[in-house]
Amino acid sequence: MTETQYDRAPGDSPASPAPEERAPSDVVVYTIGLALAVLLTVTSFWVANTSLLWGPGIPLGLAVLAIAQMGVHLVFFLHITTGPDNTNNVLALAFGVLIVTLVVVGSLWIMANLNDNMMPPPELMNLHMQR
Amino acid sequence: MNIAVALDDVHTDALPDASEAGPAPKRVVVAYGFWIFLLSDIVMFSALFAAYAVLVRATAGAPTGAELFNQVSVAIETACLLVSSYTCGLMSVAIGSRRRFGTYFFALVTFVLGAAFLALELREFAGMIAAGATPQRSAFLSAFFTLVGCHGLHVAVGLIWLAVMMAQVATKGFRATVERRLLCFALFWHALDIIWIWLFTVVYLMGGRP
Repeated sequence: MTETQYDRAPGDSPASPAPEERAPSDVVVYTIGLALAVLLTVTSFWVANTSLLWGPGIPLGLAVLAIAQMGVHLVFFLHITTGPDNTNNVLALAFGVLIVTLVVVGSLWIMANLNDNMMPPPELMNLHMQR
Repeated sequence: MNIAVALDDVHTDALPDASEAGPAPKRVVVAYGFWIFLLSDIVMFSALFAAYAVLVRATAGAPTGAELFNQVSVAIETACLLVSSYTCGLMSVAIGSRRRFGTYFFALVTFVLGAAFLALELREFAGMIAAGATPQRSAFLSAFFTLVGCHGLHVAVGLIWLAVMMAQVATKGFRATVERRLLCFALFWHALDIIWIWLFTVVYLMGGRP
């Protein structure tokens, strides 16, 4: 492209390599991504509906599968890599993930805590008084 | 991929570093700016996800997710959006090699699959509302319609954008400005699919459990 080592735009695939390097073509990369994503999606739907697995562990398993599929989409569809020309894109993504985690985990934590500390309903209070 | 970069470094050492080379090409700047926008959009979605997760048990006697959700319909919607993300990638490849027919063909497939997704989602909403599960019925339903409806709205905007981009390719050809917009559209469409992964996992698979 140019004579300098600029960062790569997010979503751009790597600059076409020399033929002797035998890097997979873009179509192959997208197809591998689709195959992995289909595999993970089918597993998610199976996990949610099966009775073979331990019930309370299923939400955790679904979350792990979703994180894995998100990784597949980022790498194979959005071409986010660990290469030096991708540092800015990865840093922006990392900051986004940090904020998302803070918002979701923080909200759930605070609301669960508020629920636990709620005043019990009046009839329950009366039972305490009568004792 | 990284090995290739390391090999490249050997004979590009003489070239100036990006920080000394002046402004980056406009394609990089535009796509990076759009990437930042997408991440802030995802932060907005995270607030809606948090609201849904907090309110998922607040059904107030209205039908719960387990009674309302139809997993077959959700699986078809997921397949539509996933394959449309794949054909959007193939459209990017066709644009990269300046193949006009390939671009139109994959754009059409992407559009049809996206429209099918939207139609299925609207049918699901209509069925729920007809069954009395309206957004004002319970806190759970308010959170559900806000979250899923916001994603559906994004898909609808994406479809309009795709139609506009095809008109631009037809009238202006593969100009640098048009190519940058197409790159941003591809980013947008792939990001919507990433949000849908969390939607079907959290809302339909986790929320649909009794």
